[in-house]
Amino acid sequence: MTAAAAATAAGRPFAGSRRLSLSWTGLVPFFIYTALFLFLPTAIILVGSLTDKDGSFTLVNFGPDGIAQSYLLRTLLASLQISAVSGLVGAVAGALLAYAVATGNPRGVLRRTVTSASGVLAQFGGVTLAFAFIATIGPASFIYETMKDRGIDFYANGVWLYELSGITLIYLYFQIPLMVIVFLPAVDGIRPQWREATESLGGNTWHYWRYVAGPLLTPSFLGCALLLFANSFSAYATAAALITQAGPIVPLQISNLLTSETGRAQPGLAKALAFAMIVVVLVVMSLYTLLQRRTSNWLR
Amino acid sequence: MTGSHGSEATRAGVEVRLEDLRRTYGTTTALDGLTLTLAPGELVALLGPSGCGKTTALRLLAGLEEANGGRVIIAGKDVTNVPANRRDIGMVFQAYSLFPHMTASQNVEFGLQLHRVDQDERRRRAREVLDLVGLAAHANKFAHQMSGGQQQRVALARALAIRPKVLLLDEPLSALDAKVRGRLRDEIRRVQLEVGITTLFVTHDQEEALAIADRVGVMQAGRLEQLGPPTEIYSRPTTPFVAEFVGLSNRMPGEVKFGGVEVRGTQLPLVQKDVPAGPAVALVRPEAVTIAGDGESASGPLVGTVIAVAFLGAVSRVTVDLGDITVLAQLPTSAAADHPAGSRVRLALRPDPVLVETKEATTASA
Amino acid sequence: MSSARRFRLQVFRIAVFVVMGLFFLVPIGSMFEFSTRGNSATAPRNLDAWLNIVKTPELSEAIIASLELAVITTLAMLVLVLPTMVWVRLRFSGLSRVIEFICLIPLTVPAIALVVGMVPIYRWININVNDSILTLAFAYLILVLPYAYRALDAGLSAIDLKTLSEAARSLGAGWATVMLRVVMPNMSTAILNASLLSVALVLGEYTFANLLAYENLQVAIAYVGLVDAGTSIAVAVASLLFAFVLLLILSYLGRRQAPFAQAGAADYDLAQTVGLSGGVIGRAGR
Repeated sequence: MTAAAAATAAGRPFAGSRRLSLSWTGLVPFFIYTALFLFLPTAIILVGSLTDKDGSFTLVNFGPDGIAQSYLLRTLLASLQISAVSGLVGAVAGALLAYAVATGNPRGVLRRTVTSASGVLAQFGGVTLAFAFIATIGPASFIYETMKDRGIDFYANGVWLYELSGITLIYLYFQIPLMVIVFLPAVDGIRPQWREATESLGGNTWHYWRYVAGPLLTPSFLGCALLLFANSFSAYATAAALITQAGPIVPLQISNLLTSETGRAQPGLAKALAFAMIVVVLVVMSLYTLLQRRTSNWLR
Repeated sequence: MTGSHGSEATRAGVEVRLEDLRRTYGTTTALDGLTLTLAPGELVALLGPSGCGKTTALRLLAGLEEANGGRVIIAGKDVTNVPANRRDIGMVFQAYSLFPHMTASQNVEFGLQLHRVDQDERRRRAREVLDLVGLAAHANKFAHQMSGGQQQRVALARALAIRPKVLLLDEPLSALDAKVRGRLRDEIRRVQLEVGITTLFVTHDQEEALAIADRVGVMQAGRLEQLGPPTEIYSRPTTPFVAEFVGLSNRMPGEVKFGGVEVRGTQLPLVQKDVPAGPAVALVRPEAVTIAGDGESASGPLVGTVIAVAFLGAVSRVTVDLGDITVLAQLPTSAAADHPAGSRVRLALRPDPVLVETKEATTASA
Repeated sequence: MSSARRFRLQVFRIAVFVVMGLFFLVPIGSMFEFSTRGNSATAPRNLDAWLNIVKTPELSEAIIASLELAVITTLAMLVLVLPTMVWVRLRFSGLSRVIEFICLIPLTVPAIALVVGMVPIYRWININVNDSILTLAFAYLILVLPYAYRALDAGLSAIDLKTLSEAARSLGAGWATVMLRVVMPNMSTAILNASLLSVALVLGEYTFANLLAYENLQVAIAYVGLVDAGTSIAVAVASLLFAFVLLLILSYLGRRQAPFAQAGAADYDLAQTVGLSGGVIGRAGR
């Protein structure tokens, strides 16, 4: 339907005074489509979380019987924890890698390889990533078996790979490349002249990092770390493929509610969770945008 | 301007000596034994095309790179093995001089902070030196809020604030617009004279070098070709490279005989001594070529047609086709007005000493 | 830089690259190892798991479905988004901010949240329109919007759209001709970028498919994985290689279109388009 409308709008010839109204039809398909598949779902979430079964306004879904229930709050905490840890570790590791790349030959093979690989690996997620790690250090993996034969059984206290700590580790696999991609421009923006100027003015390496490079890179670093946080917070597929229990992180909780009896009894709950997720990510992304804007002034 | 800068004993210039400095990168020799002494308070310009080693020399003096041979001596002390941050130098870069996250005065105070000057004294000195470069009103601006020229002036202030022994300028005007370049160039010289600091100025623009330096060192391929006052470099070049790099030269074939060179019927004295007799190419400055008169009915080796007249303000450059070669003459615009393109003219050569290239020299420098 | 400092820097760099290299390459190697195992601990290695991919109807059907979805989504993107962007640039430049904002919204709305609002809509579609998996294309196009917008916007910025279209119109071309024979050929790289990004996204998508109860490639991999780990890992490796090849093509083409820019800048721009500020393609597939 949308394609056909676009085609007719494109093919219609212009006739003098009807020009303006005809122009508008060129935009209609896009707006109809986004209204139906972007704004409508969002509206459904918003409205659904704020109404009860009879359609009247209610805040029940946000209260102690809604998302403030203890098990859901625990889930939220777990999500925030994983996001914070994978965000921070990913940010630091990614920043180090970005620095190692930026200090090399800008046209060299190494740099091109790392940036392309980062582009690929930041893609690599979800089910395939979960299975990759299962193949690597899962209970049936070569590494685990070999280590066990040598006397080191790292699953002695349970298979942590399938729990929250496992998820955090696995998330690093796409967090670090993402950090490289978004932080590298900032590191590239550090000019060698600033280092040399610091030296000529009597400063050493510590002075340089403390007063020049550090302050210059901090806003971008923080912004990118926030980005990684939002990224981790929103991730679903990897955990879904790994964890078979009820739902220790928010995305899994949502999927649980969508497919279970509890969910059908409280339709507003899943929507309220979704709403909460959207708010969190929105706040984080706004901060990210603000920090990046500051950086672009300095490190063009 | 306050005269406090030149009066303190610590602000008097110091002698800087570069002794046989060498720098190689793998198989390339960037600097091949440079020896140069800067007298206290002197401004020496290193001039040359890119790759000639002038920037390398500056960076070796700054300590930003390590020499493969030779010594650097500042105020009598051998600093060859001293790292850059302890050499007591001030440096201005070609671009990106200023720290973008600091205001102008913060930039200036930064060096003082590193030298452990206390806060009040820092503020006072920063204000003073920003005043010296005429930017006191812009103290609270960031680099991206200032023009290129203003940024470089702040960079100069920052370098001078710490009262270094040597001032190093690495093509500070190259990234600026032409008009700004001229003004800032004079500004730098004015400040340098007022402070009395020994200065090394690197540039590829010969006009800049000649305008502000006490002495100019022309470099090529890692070696110093000639070192001397601007007038000497210009009017008495000692090598063909210098003659052609600095100012314009007409290449006119002639014959060396009787202690001079005969070029198209005119005998010209030689700059060099002991040039063997025989064919050679004389390097004649356009100012030495004059228009003696109308060439309509004349003939001779110096008669030709005007191809083009380039108006350069007070002087004009006239391109004349003499049949076998093309020659540039430079004369006051009023004189050039009588000989528009297409007219025939008769040229004359002033008997200024010229440099010649003999066959071997020609092939060597080609 | 002093030689001591350069040495320290090189040591740091080597250490970082070795550690990171191991962290990222070992899982990939392990996947190869796992998927080529024989039936028991002592059986020789074979490609049975890989062959199973075509032998398992679940997987082969899902692969075909995902590929079809990828094609449909990409075509829909080109037919809907590109003409709209061109139209806005030519006639409604005041609206460009609005379009940009709309296209970038999906970056801030997590897929797992958006799908909650999609469920009732898809319930309706399944009853009243069609219950084929291909209806997922509507939802996928939303996910693809930010990446398509960025890629196409870069291409449109590089050409003088106004002049080109006016010249073509003055020579008598209708709008379809303008789009097909003037605009699109001049932004072939941008279109290819947007298309490859769309394909990669659709192939990697899991969240929507799973929660709207369709079986696409990723859902099939997860399902088969419960039963036969080796085969699903073989598919995983295959899809990773496929994505890698796609992006390699992207980076090669991207460099060709920016001959005057520094190589570093071109690669970076590409990485940015791919990475994008909100996260990467696999976002919905994560």
